[in-house]
Amino acid sequence: MTSSARSTPYWILHYGLLALYVAFALFPLYWLLKVSVTPNNLLYSEGIRLWPSRSSLAHYTFVLAHSDFPLFFKNSLIVSGSTAATVTLIAALSGYAMSRFDFRGKMWLVGLMLITQMFPLVMLVAPIFKLFSPLGLTNSLTGLVIVYTAFNVPFATFLMQSFFDGIPKDLEEAAMIDGASRFRAFRQIILPLTLPGIAATLGFVFTAAWSELLFALMLVSKADASTFPVGLLSFVSKFSVDFGQMMAAGILALIPACLFFLLIQRYLVRGLTAGAVKG
Amino acid sequence: MSTMPLYEEAAGRRRAPLRRLVSGLEPYLYIAPSVVLIAVIMLVPLTIGLSYAFRDMQLINPFSGGFVGLEHFRTLWTDAAFWLSMRNTLVWTLASVVLQFAFGLVLALLLNNSFPGRGVIQALVFLPWAVPTFLSGLNWAWLFNPVVGPLPHWMAALGILPAPENILSDPHLAIWGPIVANVWWGIPFFAITLLAALQSIPQDIYEAAAIDGAGAWRRFIDITLPFLAPTIAITVMLRTIWIANFADLIIVMTNGGPADQTQIVSSYIFTQAFRRLDFGYASAIAMVLLGLLLAYSFVIILMRQSLLRR
Repeated sequence: MTSSARSTPYWILHYGLLALYVAFALFPLYWLLKVSVTPNNLLYSEGIRLWPSRSSLAHYTFVLAHSDFPLFFKNSLIVSGSTAATVTLIAALSGYAMSRFDFRGKMWLVGLMLITQMFPLVMLVAPIFKLFSPLGLTNSLTGLVIVYTAFNVPFATFLMQSFFDGIPKDLEEAAMIDGASRFRAFRQIILPLTLPGIAATLGFVFTAAWSELLFALMLVSKADASTFPVGLLSFVSKFSVDFGQMMAAGILALIPACLFFLLIQRYLVRGLTAGAVKG
Repeated sequence: MSTMPLYEEAAGRRRAPLRRLVSGLEPYLYIAPSVVLIAVIMLVPLTIGLSYAFRDMQLINPFSGGFVGLEHFRTLWTDAAFWLSMRNTLVWTLASVVLQFAFGLVLALLLNNSFPGRGVIQALVFLPWAVPTFLSGLNWAWLFNPVVGPLPHWMAALGILPAPENILSDPHLAIWGPIVANVWWGIPFFAITLLAALQSIPQDIYEAAAIDGAGAWRRFIDITLPFLAPTIAITVMLRTIWIANFADLIIVMTNGGPADQTQIVSSYIFTQAFRRLDFGYASAIAMVLLGLLLAYSFVIILMRQSLLRR
C-alpha cells in the first residue's frame, strides 16, 4: 500500500483518528503533571483548568526532602535492576539452549513455561509468604528479587530465543571448528550479536519488576524495604488529601519506566511478536 | 594409524564416550538455572497452595493448619460475594478484551502506513503501556475524582452523569472505572502485536490484488484478516486469561468496593489472603479460578482444532 495511492480525505481521517488517540493516550499523564505543579491554594479553585495560572515545584521539593519516597525509589531501583540483570543472564542461557539444541524433554520445558504464563500468580501469594517468612525473605529486597526473577524468566526465555533464532548457526560452528568450546563461542561471538535482544529483555523485565504490586504488598510490611508502588499506595491511604504531592511522586515513578521504554521502543514490535506468538 | 602408541589409542577410546556424555548434558546445563528457579518459586508453592485449599490455614492463628476436607468449597458455594465476583470477572474480562482489541486493531491499521511523523506518533501512542500499572490505576482514580479530576465535571456537562460525582463510588458504574484504565493501558499491547503481524504480510499480494481491481475493503477482508487470524486468535486467548487474572487496577482503584461491586475473582483471592490472612479460603478460591481457566483454554484449543480440520 503506497501512500501516494491514498486520497486527501483519507489522510484527513487518518491523521484525525491518530490525533484523537494520541490525546487519549497522553491526557492522563498530562493531568498528572498539571496537578503536580499546581500550588495547593489553587488546586480546588482552578480544579478543571487545563494549566494553573501559577505553577510551582513545591510538591517535588517536599516529596524529595521530607518524605520516604527517595528511599522507595532507591529500593525499587535496586529490586528492578537486580531482577532485570539476573533474569537476562538466566534467560540468555535457556533461550540459547532452546534455540540451538534439540534435547529430550524440550517440549516439556516449553509446556512448563507456557503454563507459568497462564495460571493466576495470585495463587502463589499465600504459599510464597509462608515459605519465605521462616527464611527471613519477607521484608527483604532479596526476597522480592527472587520472586520477580522466577516470574519473568519464562517470557524472557522466549524473547531471547527469538533473538538467537535470528543469528545464523554457522557463526559459532565456524568458531567451534577452530577449537573454541561451545560456551566460549556463545559468550564471545553470539552474545555480542544479541545486544539488541539483551537490551529489550532488560527493559521488559525492569518495567515489569518496577510495576509489580501484589507480591510487594504481601511480602513487605516495613517502610525500609518498601518498593515504590507499595510506598505510593500506603501514602495514598494515609494522606489522601495531598494530591499535589502524590502526583509529584507519581511523575517521579514514571521517569525510569519511560526512560527504559524510549530505549527499547525500537525493538518493541519485533520483540513482542516473538514473545506473544510463542508465549 | 598403525604407529600410534597403544596407550594413546586407549585414551582416545575412553575420551569419546565421556565427551559424548558431556555434550549430551550441555543443553541441560544451559537450562538448569531457569528450571530450578521455576520449580522452586512457582511449582512448589503452587502445590503447597493447592494443599491449603483443604486445610484451615489462618496466618494469625498458630493453631490452624488442620485438614478440613471440602469445608472451604462448601462455604464458597454459599458465598454471595464469590458469585458476585464471578459475574464481575466476566464483565471485566469481556469488556476489557473487546475494547482493547477493537481500538488496538484500528491503531495498528493506522500505523501500518508510511507517513511523515510516524516514528514519533508510534512512540507516543505506545507510551501508556510503559506506565507502571499501579500508577495507571491511581492516575485514573484521580481523574475520576471530582476533587482533582476533570472527568466527572465533563461527564456532567455532557449529560452522561446527573451531577459531577465519582463513578468509582457508584455501585452500578464503579466497574467501568478500572475497565477504562485497563483499556487505556492495554491498547498498545494489542496494537504492537497486530502491527508486527501486519508488517509480516508480503506487500506483493496487495499489489497483485490492486491490479486485479480489488478495493480497499475487499483487500482488508480477503488478505489482511486471514493473515492476521492466527495472531488474533492467540493474542486474544492469552490476553483473556491474563486480564481475568489481573487484579492490580481493581485493588488500586476501588479495592473491590463499593460493597464488592468491583471485586473480581483474583482480587477476591488477594483480599482473602492479604486483608483477612485466610490462606486456606484464598487457596480454595484460587483452585476454582485455575480450574475455570484450564477449562477455558481447553475449549479454545478444541475449537481451534475443529476449525483447522474444516
